[in-house]
Amino acid sequence: MTTEDVLIQADQVSRFFGPLRALDNISFEVKKGEVLGFLGPNGAGKSTTMQILSGNLAPSAGRVMISGIDLLDQPKQAKALLGYLPDQPPLYRELTVDEYLLFCACLNRIPASQRRNSLDVAKQRCGLTEVGKRLIGNLSKGYRQRVGIAQAIIHSPAVVILDEPTVGLDPIQIREIRALIRELRADHSVILSTHILPEVQTVCDRVQIINKGQLVLNDTIAGLQQRMRGEDLLVALRQAPELTALEAVVGEGNVTVLGEGRFKIHTAQLEQQAEALAIAAVENGWGLYELMPERLTLEQIFVDITTTETAAPESAEEVA
Amino acid sequence: MMIFTIASRELRSLFISPLAWSILAVVQLILAYMFLTQLDLFVSLQSRLLGIEGAPGVTEIIVAPLLGNAAVVLLLVVPMLTMRLVSEERRSQTLSLLFSAPLSMTEIVLGKFFGVLGFLLIMVAMIVLMPLSLLMGGSLDMGMLWSGVLGLVLLLASFAALGLFMSTLTEQPIIAAVSSFGVLLLLWIIDWAGSNNTGQASELFAYLSLLRHFESLLKGVFDSADVVYYLLFVSLFLGLSIRRLDADRLQH
Repeated sequence: MTTEDVLIQADQVSRFFGPLRALDNISFEVKKGEVLGFLGPNGAGKSTTMQILSGNLAPSAGRVMISGIDLLDQPKQAKALLGYLPDQPPLYRELTVDEYLLFCACLNRIPASQRRNSLDVAKQRCGLTEVGKRLIGNLSKGYRQRVGIAQAIIHSPAVVILDEPTVGLDPIQIREIRALIRELRADHSVILSTHILPEVQTVCDRVQIINKGQLVLNDTIAGLQQRMRGEDLLVALRQAPELTALEAVVGEGNVTVLGEGRFKIHTAQLEQQAEALAIAAVENGWGLYELMPERLTLEQIFVDITTTETAAPESAEEVA
Repeated sequence: MMIFTIASRELRSLFISPLAWSILAVVQLILAYMFLTQLDLFVSLQSRLLGIEGAPGVTEIIVAPLLGNAAVVLLLVVPMLTMRLVSEERRSQTLSLLFSAPLSMTEIVLGKFFGVLGFLLIMVAMIVLMPLSLLMGGSLDMGMLWSGVLGLVLLLASFAALGLFMSTLTEQPIIAAVSSFGVLLLLWIIDWAGSNNTGQASELFAYLSLLRHFESLLKGVFDSADVVYYLLFVSLFLGLSIRRLDADRLQH
């Protein structure tokens, strides 16, 4: 990995609001072509992080580099590489979509000859071609959100920062916006904050969970899915045998009786145990009608990480 | 370039809302009425003035009071124009668009300032059309007219700069309007203090007054000290606005 591949580098960033420590020593990197999901409960510091990365807030300590340019020392050069959608899209309601996006194009120093072109591209990518002449104030929330995204990508920035882009949208619009984000990945790096967990699973390459201003998890989606694989097998039998007979089949596994012919088997080798159980059940006529590996949901992982105090130190090691 | 982009957006937004049109209409109507009463006064005095040596001319009787009245009316109006500049953007959270664009705070502040100043210049141009219409029937003291107009423009620039600064201080446009009106009025009347007894303090207050410097320009006296006063006033409040916006991002 060369340094050119790292588009965003946050280095020990902290931010205080008076005595409140909103962000505590956060460090992370985003590489080119990567979609990073920022997860966290309300008030965890997601929006603060986004505001710092976009130059709307100055960190109390630490520094942010955008493609090797320090955001505090050379804000103009660094901000030219950024597109930012805050949690409230910054729209002038009295302008039409075209007027507004042209204004944004001017602000981002797109040469006059290319402005029309970048306007058309941005509108087309965000599905706004039909509404160019309409006033932003008259658009629905979903369309306003799209105008907000169009504003963030109109100058083809290297880094796109989206703060809760799908909040308040209907399911169809959410799917469209997610498709757009996946499309953006081709030539932008995207940072996305959300508290909707499936969103992370569908669009992100990497996940960071932030809680109370601290980074508690930093993992790839594959790694996260690995975590989600539980080690429990749920079995329901119509003619349940003695516990010892079941334990003999399971071997080193640990069997818990749930009552009414239901058992929970804790084991490291889920697949082999499930197969062995099915064979034994057929041979002995136990009347197997349910056999299910119990998977942890992302919600459970999330709740585990963000609620238990003991989880913080060990996941902090992973971050380091 | 960026300053021009922001200024033209500001101006366009003003003219999209009915606010700009109604302000232009109301100000024009009131000043036209004042202009006509002044004209009436001049016509009734004209025959008597002819006999007096060194009597005041048409410019002194009509133009100077008109511009003086315009200044008072605009003292009330400018805070209404400037109140929204930053506070409204802060409230509707559009300020982050400017903050995350590759712009310096100076460009943002100057853009907003020149946007309002552009509107005020349009207003001044419409006001000046009234005395200029007198040229159809007579002649004017052009030097005196233009020095008065220059004074009015400088005065309005000062109003706008102060209003802009007040707007950066708050999230509520009304608070910005009230406080800029209060400060402007105070600076307008500050020379009343000790006007009946002479002392160093009253001289200082007189010097600080926005009105004093305007009055000499209205009389056709072009003193560079007056112009410099207004320029310093404008740069002070623009500088403070830049500092204030910068502080938005920092620790507090």
